[in-house]
Amino acid sequence: MSVFDGLKFRKVHSPVHDLDPRVKFIFVLSVFVIAILFDRLLPLIALFLVQVPFVVVARVRKEWARSLRGASFLAALIFLSNFLFAWWGANFKATPLMVESAVTLTLRFVVLVQSFSVFFLTTSPDHLGLALEQTRVPYEFAFAFTTAVRFVPVLAEEAQTIMDAQKARGLELEKGSVLKRIRNYVPVLIPLIVSAIRRSLELAEAMESRAWGATKKRTNLYVLELRKGDAVLLAFTIGLIVVSVYVRLYVQAPTVTQLLGL
Amino acid sequence: MIEAENVHFSYPNGIEAVKGVSLTVQDGEFVAIMGQNGAGKTTLVKHFNGLLKPTSGVVRVDGVETTKTTVASLARNVGFVFQNPDHQLFSETVEEEIAFALKNFGFERDVMQKRVDWALKLLGLEKYRKTSPFLLSGGERKRVALASVLAWDPKILILDEPTIGQDHEQKEKLRQFIIQMQTQKRTIIIVTHDVEFVAECNPRVVLMKEGKIIADGEGKNILTSAETLTDASIVLPQVAQVFQQLSNSTLPKNIIDIYEAKVLLCKALECKRR
Repeated sequence: MSVFDGLKFRKVHSPVHDLDPRVKFIFVLSVFVIAILFDRLLPLIALFLVQVPFVVVARVRKEWARSLRGASFLAALIFLSNFLFAWWGANFKATPLMVESAVTLTLRFVVLVQSFSVFFLTTSPDHLGLALEQTRVPYEFAFAFTTAVRFVPVLAEEAQTIMDAQKARGLELEKGSVLKRIRNYVPVLIPLIVSAIRRSLELAEAMESRAWGATKKRTNLYVLELRKGDAVLLAFTIGLIVVSVYVRLYVQAPTVTQLLGL
Repeated sequence: MIEAENVHFSYPNGIEAVKGVSLTVQDGEFVAIMGQNGAGKTTLVKHFNGLLKPTSGVVRVDGVETTKTTVASLARNVGFVFQNPDHQLFSETVEEEIAFALKNFGFERDVMQKRVDWALKLLGLEKYRKTSPFLLSGGERKRVALASVLAWDPKILILDEPTIGQDHEQKEKLRQFIIQMQTQKRTIIIVTHDVEFVAECNPRVVLMKEGKIIADGEGKNILTSAETLTDASIVLPQVAQVFQQLSNSTLPKNIIDIYEAKVLLCKALECKRR
């Protein structure tokens, strides 16, 4: 469950936590787009480093490291498949460039995980819902979204209990062929889905008993306002986009292989 | 036999749920582990079938250290019924649900059929044999979960909160059933805070608080010591409360059994059985 832990919000006070979630989301989205924009190693390393200060300032280093560790398996898979296919395509001849491009694509994935991890680690589900609402997303959708986010850790915990219960009945998840192993998860998935549905029905009843949707126009206890820090981040994001687009269009970033003269 | 020696356990998030517990449960014993929510009861018993391995300390089941074997092989001797039946029911019919563990343990087909029939009968579920477990009521689902563990006839049976959501009749049946298991020399460990149920069963009581055992002994003595129980946020059983209130009389205070209470009170009132 380490991947989920790396996304779970914890209440800490830091300048990053206090930023407006809308601006933070724009930043994350920009990082996402820029990461896709570049297919060279150096710009992606730069993009990775740009986010490190956020992690440090937000004091979420441990959780962030955990989310990266959780993503390491997929990262390894991305590296291997990219490298192997390139190697296969080139008639089984490996070149340094192949390694570099595989590393690049892996780093792109890591950058994406990192940015989303920082976003979710520093944004409470309540803030997120508020942000959606104030960007005129219908309240029903905003609520469904925040509820889904909020229930991820709950479901993860429940999955663990269910796995324990089935293991106690002699189920061995890691036994057998690949197909058998997938089938082994049926006794875990069915109770998980059933209980998620049950829980959602109960939640719906509980909400309705508390007058959910009674009035068309809801008011909020907290209202999001853009502050100085948000303006700084917004300016930084715009700067980042401008520089990235400029570099992408007019400067050809050299590959590390070229720089090392390999 | 289950032996726990100075067991400590911390969850990955750093919370230490069990802080140095030593406990021995002999074969054929009936033990109730009690304590408030978060006292570490469930965490402790999850060590007994290897679901959790101690952070430090040792847990041995029949002499085998739980760290040196798998949950599946421990489960053959240690049946564990979870608190919430919805965390394990998944089959299309009750019958298949009960056969699930038997398949995992590699029982022969005809043996499996016999065991399923036996378990269904034991818990009065025969008429639901072909019903989907999801269509049953909460109490019935709980019984299916119990049947699905009993089917392989484990030597040691752990029941986590068996009385939650059960009406009085079912509780009484459960009690009868536990007595029956005991006559067959099965070891039974229940985790509960249903003090009345424990008072009726009168097992050995292990009281936990904040990850430690604060009392261990005969139910009769522990469930009547008001101070210890208050410390563990447990209320005295009603019968015990009455005898505590009668503290000025010559009556003993450590009474939890209704029949015993009646005899003593009758004697005090000099009434005669008709």
